[in-house]
Amino acid sequence: MANITKEEIRKPENLVYKKTDLLTDKALSYCPGCGHGTTHRIIMEVLEEMDIQDKTIGIAPVGCSVLAYDFMNIDMQQAAHGRAPALATAIKRLMPEKFVFTYQGDGDLAAIGTAETIHACNRGENIVIIFINNGIYGMTGGQMAPTTLPGMKSSTSPYGRDTHLMGNPLKMTELVAQLPGTIYVTRQSVHTPSNVRKTKKAIRKAFENQKLNKGVSFVEVVSNCNSGWKMTPVQSNKWMEENMFPFYPLGDIKVNTD
Amino acid sequence: MAKVVGDIVIDIEKCKGCGVCIPACPQDVISLSKNVNGKGYNYAEPVNDDCTGCMNCAIVCPDGVITVYRKKIE
Repeated sequence: MANITKEEIRKPENLVYKKTDLLTDKALSYCPGCGHGTTHRIIMEVLEEMDIQDKTIGIAPVGCSVLAYDFMNIDMQQAAHGRAPALATAIKRLMPEKFVFTYQGDGDLAAIGTAETIHACNRGENIVIIFINNGIYGMTGGQMAPTTLPGMKSSTSPYGRDTHLMGNPLKMTELVAQLPGTIYVTRQSVHTPSNVRKTKKAIRKAFENQKLNKGVSFVEVVSNCNSGWKMTPVQSNKWMEENMFPFYPLGDIKVNTD
Repeated sequence: MAKVVGDIVIDIEKCKGCGVCIPACPQDVISLSKNVNGKGYNYAEPVNDDCTGCMNCAIVCPDGVITVYRKKIE
């Protein structure tokens, strides 16, 4: 092993992994360790592998990922807060040959955009919804979100979420799985290599489902928000495993693609 | 058995020093540098030659700054 130099290894024919060209060279605006960056990258890798980057239209949300159109080097459209599924509906109906996906956080999809999300899923629009759930409003400073866990501290629930006073967390993924318009509903995460690989498979399946023309594919990605949770990235991933996953269990919830 | 050697190249100016790659590496190749990059982050850097090119670090890197090379030695 010692008789091989780094220069011999670092040759183009030995290249096994590099950042996809579908992500722009701009530095991501996310905090260090945020799952958004990983999710952006695996979506772009899926589009590149399926070779559909020129026929895909993405919808950027409002929230931390509001600048997703700066990083994803495909056709993107910015939606009003929470209205990404409504915009995706319009785009998909006008251009049914395109692949349309929305990329939304929990404040966008589960709070202000609940009606749009549920109705788009209930109508069975032929779109992909990618939902990043970090249990907090990350962009505005870590306020309590509908998905905040019971007892979880945030800047507007400093003593922990009291479910008597502040209500219960909303499990959007289980909710939309009940609707007849969804064909594939799954919950994944991106904190370890194996989970990233599983999420990539799920996103690939979701995009392939669009060819079936049968309904919404909904992929939730449970993510960390180390700035909002006031932890280091590695601590927040551990906290997420211990606290988020018992409440938001990973795995496929509905697979109805036959 | 053919042996596999790998190597990683980290774009240190884009690295944000989150350290997510460190527990992902099965060979403990990566560690955070004592030096900082232009943004003031302690960037990740390879500290030994045990890399096998498994790509785990590159797959979990949120900023996609790691490029992986792998070569088989017959």
